[in-house]
Amino acid sequence: MNKVIYADNAATTPIDPRVLEAMTPYLTEHYGNPSSIYSIGRDAKRAIETAREQVAKAFGAKVQEIYFTGGGSESDNWAIKGSMDLLKAKGKTHIITTNFEHHAVMDTCKFMEKHGFEVTWLPVDEEGYVTAKQVEEAIKEDTGLVTIMYANNEIGTIQPIAEIGEICHQKGILFHTDAVQAVGNIEIDVVKQHIDMLSMSGHKIHAPKGVGVLYVKNGVRLSNLVHGGGQERGRRAGTENVAAIVGLGKAIELITQNIPERIEKVSRLRDYLFAQASKIERSRINGSTKNRLCGNFNMSFEAVEGEALLLMLDLNGICGSSGSACTSGSLDPSHVLLAIGLPHEIAHGSLRLSINEQTTQEDVEKIAEVLPKVVGRLREMSPVWNKLD
Amino acid sequence: MLYSEKVLDHFANPRNVGEIKDADGIGEVGNAKCGDIMRMYLKIDGDTITDVKFQTFGCGAAIATSSMATEIIKGSKIEDALKLTNKAVVEALDGLPPAKIHCSVLAEQAIKAALANYFEKQGLDPTPLVGEFHTDCEACHGCH
Repeated sequence: MNKVIYADNAATTPIDPRVLEAMTPYLTEHYGNPSSIYSIGRDAKRAIETAREQVAKAFGAKVQEIYFTGGGSESDNWAIKGSMDLLKAKGKTHIITTNFEHHAVMDTCKFMEKHGFEVTWLPVDEEGYVTAKQVEEAIKEDTGLVTIMYANNEIGTIQPIAEIGEICHQKGILFHTDAVQAVGNIEIDVVKQHIDMLSMSGHKIHAPKGVGVLYVKNGVRLSNLVHGGGQERGRRAGTENVAAIVGLGKAIELITQNIPERIEKVSRLRDYLFAQASKIERSRINGSTKNRLCGNFNMSFEAVEGEALLLMLDLNGICGSSGSACTSGSLDPSHVLLAIGLPHEIAHGSLRLSINEQTTQEDVEKIAEVLPKVVGRLREMSPVWNKLD
Repeated sequence: MLYSEKVLDHFANPRNVGEIKDADGIGEVGNAKCGDIMRMYLKIDGDTITDVKFQTFGCGAAIATSSMATEIIKGSKIEDALKLTNKAVVEALDGLPPAKIHCSVLAEQAIKAALANYFEKQGLDPTPLVGEFHTDCEACHGCH
């Protein structure tokens, strides 16, 4: 078996060996409960506070604004439910979001609609962007929260977060952003970019799964999502996942060290892939090629179905993902691809590859060699291919 | 999504892929909006299916069920091919994930559609011979 080329880093990433090394003592000798008084408990507590400092530093935040959670989805749920629960008493029952958020935000907003809140779903344009102007025009008297993703998980488009944040702050409205895909790929500064709440996830940046962060600006009030003990300054109960938190701290320190260099290197490899794959006839790039996450590649190939494409790439040792309905178990293809105006039949034939700094020139050359062959093979089998205009 | 070894084998090495230029019966089911289209070609001699080919646009399970269904009916009597159920195709593939059962339904319907087309060409009314079948998303009980 040849080497596996992992090009699904937007789904998850391998743990960095330096992260694992930092974590291991907290899975072995420093097993104490951080809430305990004795030394092995205090060791664990100190480690959590070090991680909190590492995260705060990465975003230009204060340590007391960083809360560890069970992952990106929990952070999104907490930001939306927790803020609106308290804003309701002030008559603020309106939320503004987009129609191409991650499900953790989209489904939470749908839940809020069921519970009497009003949600405005801003459409994105065909390049995959929303504008600050759209947000401004949607703001009403009773708007309490704007929640817009920093960068899209499927097509990688980076939203004008600072501009949106500025509008929100002028109007006195809370601004939350899901930055799960953005962290480590974009310079984030919560103060300069006017962000009140920001969600991130550990396992997208070479830390383990099951740990995330919600940044909550000082003064922003949230009701608790998880009730119980006094952990996380009484705002998120549950004994801390110490080793995972330590891992997240180390991982964010590592990944924010050299963002410009990484963007430069990874974009070059990704642009090579776009250039090569665009030679395949009847293909299209989904989303803009500017202001896009450096490792994100998303293309559609007519007359080919996405899941079959993934299986065939897998037979060739390449791991990717698709917006095809067949990978999700539902009838509809990716809501993101439909949001940027793709017809169903084109959206079914989409491929997302997400590369990173560990991807090599050799890897992208192998992908560029295999991709036209597997697309061609599936088209030979397809009753649709030779009937296209 | 866990596919059986047999599904993966029929996906990676599909049997009977292609077209039959002078087919005696052709059936097509599904639509591109749903993401699955199957087209079956039959060559028939007397009461026997002597050759069968398929073309499929769809997921791994759609390709594997097409392949398995053609393998089962190749060389069989028309009356036996008409009795082929989607369940039999699923069993022959050592099972399918629940979300993929509709692909086996499409394979069964594609064979029925091709046989109906053959009967029509013979000047026969296919309805009493083939029974009810669907060529569009109705074929797909798994879809909601």
